[in-house]
This record gives sequence, C-alpha cells and structure tokens, in this order.
Amino acid sequence: MKKEEVPQDLGSLGKVTKEVCYATDDTGKYTTELSQGWDVKAGALDVAWQDIAERVAAAKAKVLRQEASPLLYFMELKLMDVGVLAGYTGFWKWQVRRHLHPAVFSKLPERKLRRYAAVFEVSISDINSLNVHEDRV
Amino acid sequence: MKIEFEHIQAAHCENGVTVSLLKNIGVQKITEPLVFGIGSGLFFTYIPLLKVNKGPAFAFRTMPGLIFKRTCRALGITVRRRRFHRKDKAQAYLEDCLDAGHAVGCQVGVYYLPYFPKEYRFHFNAHNLIVYGKDEGRYLVSDPIMEYPTSLSDYELERVRFARGVLSPRGQLYYPVAGKPITDELIRKGIRKGITRNIRDMLHIPGPIAGISGIRYTGRRIKKWRDSLGLKKAGLYLAQLVRMQEEIGTGGGGFRYIYAAFLQEAYAYCPDDVLMQISMSFTRSGDLWRTAAVQAAGIYKGRLGNQADFNQMGDYLLEIADLEKQSFTALSKIKWKI
Repeated sequence: MKKEEVPQDLGSLGKVTKEVCYATDDTGKYTTELSQGWDVKAGALDVAWQDIAERVAAAKAKVLRQEASPLLYFMELKLMDVGVLAGYTGFWKWQVRRHLHPAVFSKLPERKLRRYAAVFEVSISDINSLNVHEDRV
Repeated sequence: MKIEFEHIQAAHCENGVTVSLLKNIGVQKITEPLVFGIGSGLFFTYIPLLKVNKGPAFAFRTMPGLIFKRTCRALGITVRRRRFHRKDKAQAYLEDCLDAGHAVGCQVGVYYLPYFPKEYRFHFNAHNLIVYGKDEGRYLVSDPIMEYPTSLSDYELERVRFARGVLSPRGQLYYPVAGKPITDELIRKGIRKGITRNIRDMLHIPGPIAGISGIRYTGRRIKKWRDSLGLKKAGLYLAQLVRMQEEIGTGGGGFRYIYAAFLQEAYAYCPDDVLMQISMSFTRSGDLWRTAAVQAAGIYKGRLGNQADFNQMGDYLLEIADLEKQSFTALSKIKWKI
C-alpha cells in the first residue's frame, strides 16, 4: 500500500484517535501514516453491532415469553456469555446456566440478585422489569 | 510520582508496549517493525470449533504476550512479570514499581476501558497498555493505540486489569529490566531467529488450521459458506474475518505491511537482497488481504451474494496462501552469515 492510498474514511474510532498504518513512500521505503478509518472496517463493525441488536431483541422476546430469565437479556445487552458473567459475578458457570431458567431465577435470594445487579449496573427491580439506563450502558 | 516517559503510538498494542518499554530502559535502536519481526508476530490460524462473539475464531498473529517475551529474550533483557489473585495487592505492587521508577506494561480487557469508543468495546482481554505514573490520584496511561497519553482512575484501572472471561489478565503486569547494552550483533541474531521461527510457524506446523495451510483451509471453507450457513450467517462470518483482519489490535493486512517494513529494516542489519525482494512480496500480500476484505464487504453489505462471489473470495485467500508460501520458502533459503 502506498502512503497516498491509506484510507481516510472517518469512522467511530477516527473521532477519538487516528491509527498508525505502515505504507510505502515514493521510493518504496516503508514509513508510517495516520489513518482516520476505513469504510470496509466500519461496515464489518456495523454488521457485528446489528447482529448484537438482533440478539438482544430476541433475548427480550424470550424473556417476555417466560422461556428464559431476565439474565439472558442483560447478558446479551452487555455482550457477555456464560463464562464472562460467571467470572464477574463469582458464580460457577453451571450456576449461571441454572439461573437462566425463569423458575429457578424467580426463587433466587436477594443477595444473589444483588451480585447480578452490580455487574449489570442496574438495580434489582430493574432486572425484573428489564429496565435499562441507556446512559450507563 | 511520574517517570520520564515518551508516548509512542503504534499500529499494534503489543508491539507498541514493547517498543515503549524498551526505549524507556535505554534501548534506542528498537522500532515497531523490528519488534514484530524478532518476536515472529506474523501468523494465521482458523479454529472452526472455537467461537468468538458467536462467530468463528481467526487469529492473524501469535499468542498475546509472545512478541514481548521473544523480543526481550532475543536481546538478553530480563523481564519481570506478575499476576495477582488479590486486587489490593495488584495495586500495591503497581505503585511500588512506579515508585522504583519502572514504567510497567499491563494486560487489560477493553470492555470497560473508558477512553475507547463504545463501538470497540467487546470482552477482549489481550489489550496492552503502559502505566507510567500517578498524578492527582489518576494513573497516567500510555496506550499505544491512542495518539496521546491518557489517564485512568484507581477503580477504572483495577476494573480493566481484572477483566474476566477468556484470557483474563488477572492483573498481569510486566516490565523489562535494563541489562547489558544492546549491540547490533544481538539484533542481527534476533532477526535471524525471528525469521526462522516465523518460517516454522507459517510452513511447518502440522495440521490444516495453522499457518499457510490455515489460510488455504479458510479459503476452501469460505466457498462452502453460502450453502452451509446461508447468506446472512455467511455475511456475519466474513465480517468477523474482516474485523479480526483489519481492526486495531489484530490487523491482518496491516501485519503484512509491518512484516514488509521489518524485512526492509532487517536489510540494514543483514544486507541480503532476498530480504528486499521478499519485503515487496509481503507488500503485495498485504494488498491482497485488503482486496479480499473489500470483496467480503461487498458480501456482508449485501452488494454481492452469488456463489461466484464466494468463490472469488475463497480464491483470494488461496492466492494469498500461495504467495506467502513462496515468500517464506524464499526466506528459508537465505544463507545467513551470522
């Protein structure tokens, strides 16, 4: 890639910082050039976020149909999987998996719910009502 | 406490941290491409069974941490490295290091990194940054991805140092200790070692998923994705490939350019014309990776979608595999005079 060909399509990262790219100058020698972003990359990121949005919506629907506990919704919202959630809450993975069942979840004592609420940065009542504070997400 | 420290921006976080830390202890000759080459950073693997964010797992570089480790070992520099169970001990140790005048590298997760744009915050735990001081209760941070140094509060730093999930950092920090002066001879040996090891990684790892055969395998699989996964999921998978390839911190096409730059710099130490020729061929393979990314973008943005387009995509990867195989084979024929 030549220095002039380094893409400069302003993306979400480009607003915060430019990134270093290695490219060749006129004589073919390598040098660095700052890039503001590239459409192809931005597109890939968009696709990933669209997919996440769809997964969150699907999770919400599932919770409302009582097929999963509210944990599933917040897990998808925070891009977590069972392993990550288990890590942050200190539960075992099998416990988290069990808590994903609505029947089990509804019987959880408050001290356990509090651990989930702290990780999701919401209150316990928010967990049950699927209430999200957009500003804190 | 504040250590004299020069912030260096780099194309890749681990290279950047390595360069900055080494320069900080007086190794002035080191540059990002040299670090990447001596650390044998170039790699490819596709692990179909492992899923990252519900997509396939690709990697375009070696395991996190290896570039730093190998570079320091090649230059005969001692590395202190620690992980912690307890958060308070991790912080106390960090402050001790800063008091003793060491800038330290930290492995962190990016999900809770406040200065990152929200779009980039995934649960990815192999990011690296440098803490080089504390001022008015905030840690001074040099993140090689950023143009300028930033800062983090106690809580923010603790949170990213103890991020959870795959490859969780567990507060890991590391710093090199200044030792013998670095001679050209050492660098030359490092270059040779780095290249030889990279040849091994790309050409000689058995099995179909790593190195050149991994690229070829991915190419062949992609041609089948349209039928086996459906257009939508195939698009998602390709978007994942492009993100792993071009995004900050991973950069596959970008890595080829860095490697080409490394070979140019290596030429200054070991004048062998093959290095310059192969540098050009890595530039070409970097260009090809980018062409492939554009093709992939056509598919995940819905502009392309025929089987012919998937075949074309797969063929790009096969072409890259051939080209890189030639390059590494040529490198393996170099008669080293060291």
